[in-house]
Amino acid sequence: MLDDFMLRAALAGIGVALAAAPLGCFVVWRRMAYFGDATAHAAILGVALSLLLSTSIFAGVLVVSLLMAILVSLLSGRDYAMDTLLGVMAHSALAFGLVAVSFVSGVRIDLMAYLFGDILAVGKGDLVLIAGGALLVMALVGWRWSSLLTATLDADLARANGIHPGREQLVLTLSLAVVVAVALKVVGVLLIAALLIIPAAAARPFCRTPEAMVLVAAVIGAASTSGGLQAAYWLDTPTGPTIVSLAALVFVLCSLVDLGRRRFARMSSSDISS
Amino acid sequence: MPLLSIDDLRVVLGGQTILEGIDLKLECGEIVTLVGPNGSGKSTLLRTIIGALTPAGGRLVRRPGLTIGYVPQRLAIDPTLPMTVTRFLNLPRRRSREAVQQALAQAGVPELGSQQLLSLSGGQRQRVLLARALLEKPDLLLLDEATQGLDHRGTADFYRQIERVRRETGCAILMVSHELHVVMRTSDRVICLDRHVCCQGTPERVLASPAYQALFGPDTADALAFYRHEHLREKDAASPALAQVGAAHSLGVSA
Repeated sequence: MLDDFMLRAALAGIGVALAAAPLGCFVVWRRMAYFGDATAHAAILGVALSLLLSTSIFAGVLVVSLLMAILVSLLSGRDYAMDTLLGVMAHSALAFGLVAVSFVSGVRIDLMAYLFGDILAVGKGDLVLIAGGALLVMALVGWRWSSLLTATLDADLARANGIHPGREQLVLTLSLAVVVAVALKVVGVLLIAALLIIPAAAARPFCRTPEAMVLVAAVIGAASTSGGLQAAYWLDTPTGPTIVSLAALVFVLCSLVDLGRRRFARMSSSDISS
Repeated sequence: MPLLSIDDLRVVLGGQTILEGIDLKLECGEIVTLVGPNGSGKSTLLRTIIGALTPAGGRLVRRPGLTIGYVPQRLAIDPTLPMTVTRFLNLPRRRSREAVQQALAQAGVPELGSQQLLSLSGGQRQRVLLARALLEKPDLLLLDEATQGLDHRGTADFYRQIERVRRETGCAILMVSHELHVVMRTSDRVICLDRHVCCQGTPERVLASPAYQALFGPDTADALAFYRHEHLREKDAASPALAQVGAAHSLGVSA
């Protein structure tokens, strides 16, 4: 059954979207949008290193992303604001990665495949990795859910409850590193952050609780990946960017619906008062 | 055994000594107010008590099993985070519906349960934070300038609520406030802080103390007048002792 490459691609996309939904919400709530970029760009460095050392790409990417996550957690709250720090790290990691790639002689590597992903080339082994990574991340976030949410609301409130905000942040950043590593094949380094943020942002206007927002984001993410896959097949466009474009369209649609709803609410309330 | 006892506490932040030589004991059911200028270390002291900061020296002993309810200055919630009041009160532990409702009622906002945190006014948000702190069934309630941004009426209402909470639950309260004249009637004891304890004692004694007046300048005279006025009106008669409050009470001035 898994011999169909389209089916494998769809499953891979949905797996990544499900894992990305809760993390994407936290990234949005905690204003860590650049964090996805930093870890993702570090992935290119991971690709280069694993080619140089001829180890598995997944392992190389995972190790470098994890190191990046730990480094950012250690440095945060020091002398630089988080966005500055992440900006420095994201772009340096990308630059060093691209330089390192140029040292890889012999094989001409298809950099495009890593920058934009190659979801149609997902094999059974990749699928196992994606499923394992997604389950791991969902279990981790599910386990820490209440503490993570409390720490996101207010660090001191969390501490007064005996929660260690630094530890929760580390759980979050490590999960992000895992998602980046497994999502590399699906949308590629440049668009992973989009898959984290866009579904969460699109879901926001329709939710009253954090849990609802995660669920809606997961649905939007899964719909965008499977829909984008189909659209790319029909239109003969690159799949990764098509998936993200579709998610972006959903975001615009959601924003318009929200805008219309507010207008309508205002109009009907002024009707009543007049 | 006191709820909390602090001996010779020193707190250093970013290489700078923020608090030094702090001694403080809190007993069951008392209301203690921390006053002091900006940067005097009031919030730092509260954050050290909840365990957010580690002391650089001295001792901080909590009575075993002490539960602390903490109300921060304000809750800066990101607009992208949807959160109903009820969901917020269930963080990080699930509470029974009755417990949540009771805490909201105790904080004076029984009708807010289904509202979004983001849609609340400043005063409502402070009361929801109070409700959350009360859910801990605290032995000690810490309030960090909980009335910042509230108008006079809101502030007065909030402190009345605090007094009611103390009456109903018997918890001790340690609060930070700028508005000494407002909290005077509520406080059993006032501690004036400026990186060290400048003076402490009953509200009248602190207001009258030279150390306090040196810190807060001539405005304190107004506060004192306001307080006396209120106080006298309440007692409905002028007592000669009160008229002499301004006379120097030499206090535990450690500087």
